[in-house]
Amino acid sequence: METFSKNNKTIIEIKDLCKSYSDNHVLNGFNMRLVEGENLVIMGKSGSGKSVMIKCLIGLDEPDSGTIVVMGKDIRKLEREELDELRTEVGFLFQGSALYDSMTVRENLEFPLRRHTKKFGVLKDTTPLVMQALENVGLANTINLMPEELSGGMKRRIALARTLILQPKIILYDEPTTGLDPITAKEIILLMQSVQKKYNTSAIIITHDVDCARAISNRMILLVDGINYAEGTFNELNASKDPKIQAFFK
Amino acid sequence: METISKINTSIKAFLLEIGELSSFAGRFFREVFKPPYEFKEFIRQCYNMGNRSLLLVTVTGFIIGLVFTLQSRPTLQEFGAVSWMPSMVSISIIREIGPIITALICAGRIGSGIGAELGSMRVTEQIDAMEVSGTNPFKYLVVTRILATTFMLPILVFFGDIIALYGSYLVENTKGNVSFLLYFNKVAEALEFGDLIPATIKSFFFGFAIGLVGCFKGFNCKKGTAGVGLAANSAVVFTSMLLFIIDFIAVFITNIFYDL
Repeated sequence: METFSKNNKTIIEIKDLCKSYSDNHVLNGFNMRLVEGENLVIMGKSGSGKSVMIKCLIGLDEPDSGTIVVMGKDIRKLEREELDELRTEVGFLFQGSALYDSMTVRENLEFPLRRHTKKFGVLKDTTPLVMQALENVGLANTINLMPEELSGGMKRRIALARTLILQPKIILYDEPTTGLDPITAKEIILLMQSVQKKYNTSAIIITHDVDCARAISNRMILLVDGINYAEGTFNELNASKDPKIQAFFK
Repeated sequence: METISKINTSIKAFLLEIGELSSFAGRFFREVFKPPYEFKEFIRQCYNMGNRSLLLVTVTGFIIGLVFTLQSRPTLQEFGAVSWMPSMVSISIIREIGPIITALICAGRIGSGIGAELGSMRVTEQIDAMEVSGTNPFKYLVVTRILATTFMLPILVFFGDIIALYGSYLVENTKGNVSFLLYFNKVAEALEFGDLIPATIKSFFFGFAIGLVGCFKGFNCKKGTAGVGLAANSAVVFTSMLLFIIDFIAVFITNIFYDL
């Protein structure tokens, strides 16, 4: 995997991020920097604050303190409309896919597309864009199906297509291979790589899957007790003698 | 001491919930006039709520009209006042029984449905997915549903009233050989606009309360799948209580106008 120099343009920067729920201190001064075109993998045990961090990053959760700058904008200072506009540049793939279960695959993909008239204009026919997004994930034949008719892997692909249809510059993956069989997980990893190549997106990938991290990461951060415990390439971290780091790679 | 502290906690939680509900209602009024308008979704919700509650409202309305007349008849007969039956039934049904019974049925049927639907969307992160795609889930899911219940409930109440009166007529026709024309002439004579307007206005508020509480409980659902059941259940309980409070206020205000 290619490594990225510090001179590459920074598109996400998180400084001293803290978040607590009552007495439970989830994030205790987390720092992170993502540069253009980079795939950053964040690994950590359950409850280490990975999902909370990613939710703060996209504005789904409000941090207690710290700064989050996405594409030059401090998201904590944005108005609702500005945040929504920025969100079209940041795709989010949920662990459970989160497809709208009362809508067909076509409607799932059309839903964000029809509501971003600033970016896409008023679209009379969304079919070409929907088809293109579905072809990118190899599921053009599912256009009229309901989510309940799809397998877990297919749902994950459709969710990725829904993310890609807004043509984001950054994609956030929340445990993209969790709950999938090894073959389907491999397919999803290949798909993530092809998306990155085709659209030149940057990505933050939260995962427990070492194979996924090995295949896709340019750089990794290990999150322990809400702070960056270690940072480096997959090979650097894998070669570490620190038992806490080694525990992730066993 | 422990009991007092428990009561205090419950009161605090209740007041907090009232505050959050008010803030939720405030957000509804801020969003409802702002474009883009989700007209298609609003129509779909109207269809879902109206059409799917029709059978239940029909059956309940018919039985209420029937039973109400059967139960009242012997008493009126004792006083030789059976001819007052259409007036008494129509005023009771139009002013009070029709709106409140229909609203309670809809709180069970529609309110719990909204609570469960939005609750399951919340726990499966579908609402979060709308949010992160830069769309406004509140506008699409909440505003459309509250508007649909607000506009559909008065229609369902009107329909339920007619069916209940028809049920009452059937009893009168069977027991007292009263013709359709005579019965409904008596009904028309007894009713005034002053009976219809407050009942209609009250029904709009009932509809608003059903949509608001159902959406509030579902949209803020927590604690996973168990929370979905809780959201549906508490939507019905909270709405039913709210309906009686609204009804009391409405009757109180209406009486002030009658006295003038």
